[in-house]
Order: sequence, then structure tokens, then C-alpha cells
Amino acid sequence: MRFSGFKVIKEALTGHKGWGPQWRNPEPKPHYDFIIIGGGGHGLATAYYLVKEFGQKNIAVIEKGWIGGGNVGRNTTIIRSNYLLDGNEPFYEFSLKLWEGLEQDFNYNAMVSQRGILNLIHSDAQRDAFTRRGNAMILNGADAVLLNAEEVRAEVPFLNFDDARFPIKGGLAQRRGGTVRHDAVAWGYARGADQRGVDIIQNCEVTGFRIENGVCKGIETSRGFIGANKVASAVAGSSSRLMSKAGMRLPMESHVLQAFVTEGLKPVIPGVITFGAGHFYVSQSDKGGLVFGGDIDGYNSYAQRGNLPTVEDVCESGMAIMPMIGRSRLLRSWGGIMDMSMDGSPIIDKTHIDGLYFNGGWCYGGFKATPASGWCYAHLLATDTPHKTAKAYRFDRFEHGYMIDEKGMGAQPNLH
Amino acid sequence: MIINHPILGPRDAQEFTYLGDASLLNRPDWQANDAADQFYNYQYLRDNPAGEHRELWFHEQGDRSWLVVTRNTVTHEISKVELASDVARKEGRSK
Repeated sequence: MRFSGFKVIKEALTGHKGWGPQWRNPEPKPHYDFIIIGGGGHGLATAYYLVKEFGQKNIAVIEKGWIGGGNVGRNTTIIRSNYLLDGNEPFYEFSLKLWEGLEQDFNYNAMVSQRGILNLIHSDAQRDAFTRRGNAMILNGADAVLLNAEEVRAEVPFLNFDDARFPIKGGLAQRRGGTVRHDAVAWGYARGADQRGVDIIQNCEVTGFRIENGVCKGIETSRGFIGANKVASAVAGSSSRLMSKAGMRLPMESHVLQAFVTEGLKPVIPGVITFGAGHFYVSQSDKGGLVFGGDIDGYNSYAQRGNLPTVEDVCESGMAIMPMIGRSRLLRSWGGIMDMSMDGSPIIDKTHIDGLYFNGGWCYGGFKATPASGWCYAHLLATDTPHKTAKAYRFDRFEHGYMIDEKGMGAQPNLH
Repeated sequence: MIINHPILGPRDAQEFTYLGDASLLNRPDWQANDAADQFYNYQYLRDNPAGEHRELWFHEQGDRSWLVVTRNTVTHEISKVELASDVARKEGRSK
């Protein structure tokens, strides 16, 4: 079934009886060519591109709970490609280009909205740094515009421009950035993969790997053994837990990141705005809620809920930059678990075990990467060579000193 | 979270900064033959367990002591707090 305007009108006239489930619920087969562990955005995108772009068949996605129930349903839905470093920027720009054509590609309304992202500048040093970043973006084929204070004021007059401590001196804007309906990304990829024959197996927890003579032969699950030529982990947040079953220790810690949404308001915020002096970012959903977040809580956690000091800190940052936010009421807050890697950048690579592949370490920036992560991982799985934009995301970069440390914090995961 | 400081009693976790896994106390021998390997393991790799986790907290806005806190990463429950200096001494390190 394809979605189209014609189909919507036809269903409206015939009592909406023609809509069916968007994907099957198959029993696992005894053996697959590819098993992808993790039915989140990245895992489903990987399966989708494996079939569509790399012509592979006989693929399963194994999910412990239900698809889209992890971080793809918990993030703040922002897409952008405003990175500085060579290892990152081409990858994220590739991702943003995939976002731009995604809905037509998988025939699903993911509400991709390029409403722009604005990083505020509060000091001369920050203007220098953002100018450099903007130039790096442009060199890599992305878009960037440097705004002065008056130009920022004309676009978003409600901000706190004359704050004594952190006055707004300008901004770095990426007009092609924006937001996406996050759940629809998981559903769209799931539907697209399922239509192309991928088995999406939900409520199936991986309990172990079957590894013989350094070769991964398949996975043990709560529904029995499933054999595979290639097993691919895409469970960011729980990567250490899963890979420990294969005897691996990873260069990462798991941390909790909280996100927040207010009651629905009439449109007040035109795009995504980030505070340059604290860690705070805000956008407005199509339902009207202000969606915002800030720092991770800062200690190892698998709890999917955070503590109040971070709530207070995020709200203080919001009040500092956008005082009118204090007039809205907080409706919900929640937490998700992040793979915080040792340099703040992800890993898409083979492991030392033949037939076992890894995708993780997305820190709190995995959502925007979903399409490129899926594409590059599918490239690695299908060809056993890294995609040209993901070459730097190697396991051994820590050992050999090729860190991609966007924030320059060193091996301290809670500071990235 | 409340951290029950061995000297100062119950203190709000906000007074502390967090470093990470308490294995960071065990700096490898720089003269060992496989020192580069050991330091790679020490610096970059973590067990990162879901469950009980021994970790280093620094009482930055208090008495500036380092603590080894045993905390459950699934429930955030703290079961044990020790002075890092005591832990190191017990392992035969330092004065």
C-alpha cells in the first residue's frame, strides 16, 4: 500500500476501512544473512537501506521491546549538520541531505520541517569559534549564516538580549536544519523495510552471541537461537550491556539525558534556538508544546529517568535566554539512555569478532544521524568497507590517538 | 540523590562532581612492558554495568575529598560510600 492524497480521499469516502497494519509480525526464521539487533531508528534505517540501496536479502531486525520505544521516541527531534571536524561534518551533512528527501524516498509523512536552527553567540571568542565552524560547514557543502545581534533580534525578538551576564551578540544559523516527527521516522523505516521483505521481530531479547573460533554464528534470544552470517548491533544506550555478552568492553559510559515539553501554545518559536552560554535548546512542536532539553545528568545511569537538579538547571537556562518560557507550564519530562563515548563521537565499525558489527556511541546526538547512520552501517555490512563519510568512526581510534573530539574534553564522557 | 559522606554525613549530590568508574584509581605501571595497552584499557575502556557500579565523586563544594560511591545505575540507589584515600590505602597504595 502506498500513501497518497488520492488514497486519503478514497478512504475518507469509504469509511476508512482500507487501512491495514503497516508491518507484519513474523515468527523468526532459523537463519538470516543479516541480523540487526535493535529496532530503533538506526537499526530500522540500516535494514531499509540494506535492501533498498545495497540489494541484500534475508534480513531480520530483532527488538527487545517494541520498535521505536527507545531513544528514537525520546529525543528532541532536531536535525542539523553544524559540526566542525573533518571526521564529523561530511557525515552529518550526508545525513541532512538524506533527511531532505526522506519522505518521498520511503513514502511516509515524517513531518520533516526545515525551520532552521540558530546557535546564539554571547562573546567575541564565541563569535570567532562559530565563524570558524560556519566556514567548516560551508567547506563541506552545508549552509551557514552568521548573524549580528540586530539580525537575531529581528528574527526572534522575544529573547533576553541585554542580559548583564550573557548578552546576545549574534548567532550562527543553519537554515536547512529543523525538526522531524521522531516516531514517524521509526515507523516509516519499519514500513519501508517490511515491504521489502525484512522480518521485524519484536519482543525478542538477545541473551547472548554464539561465537565459535572467533566467528559469530548467530544470537541466542528469548525466542531461541537464530543463526546469521552477519550480526549487527544498533542498540545505542545499551551498547555496553549487549556487547559484554560478546566479551567486549567499550570506550563508553551510559548516561541519562532528560527532555521536556510544555503545554501546547500558539506558534511562538520559529525554529530551533540554542543558548550559547549554557546548555539549552528549544523548539516548538507542531502540536504547540515547547520541546527543550539541556545537559545530561552526568553520572552513569540506565534508569531512563533523571533527577531534579538537572530539571532545575535546564529550566534556569531557559529562563536566562527566553524569559517568556516561565509563563508556560511544564507538561512532561522523561529520560533516555545515551552511549556517551570517550570523544563524544560515534563508532560504526567491525569488531574483532568475524561477523559481528557495531554501531553506537551516539552520545546525545543520534537522532539527526539516523538516515546516514543506517546508510553507512548498511554499506559496511554489505561491502565490509566503511562508507566514505564514516571512515573516521573506527573502534581503534582511541588506541591510536585519532579522536574526533568536537568539544575538546578528552576521555571524560560526561563532559561531551 | 543524597550521598552519605563518611565524614560530613548526608550531602546533596549537587555538591559533588562526577569522574567515573572507580577503576580510575588503579593507574597502571608506566614501566610495564605492555604499558601502552594497559593505559589504553585504563583510560578508554569501561565495564559500564547496569546494576551496581563503584564510582568516583569529588566533594568540590564541600571538603574536597574524593569518595568511592557504590551506586546502582538502574535504580540510582547508593549502597556504600567510602573515602577514596581509605580504599587506596587498603589496596596497599600510598602513605
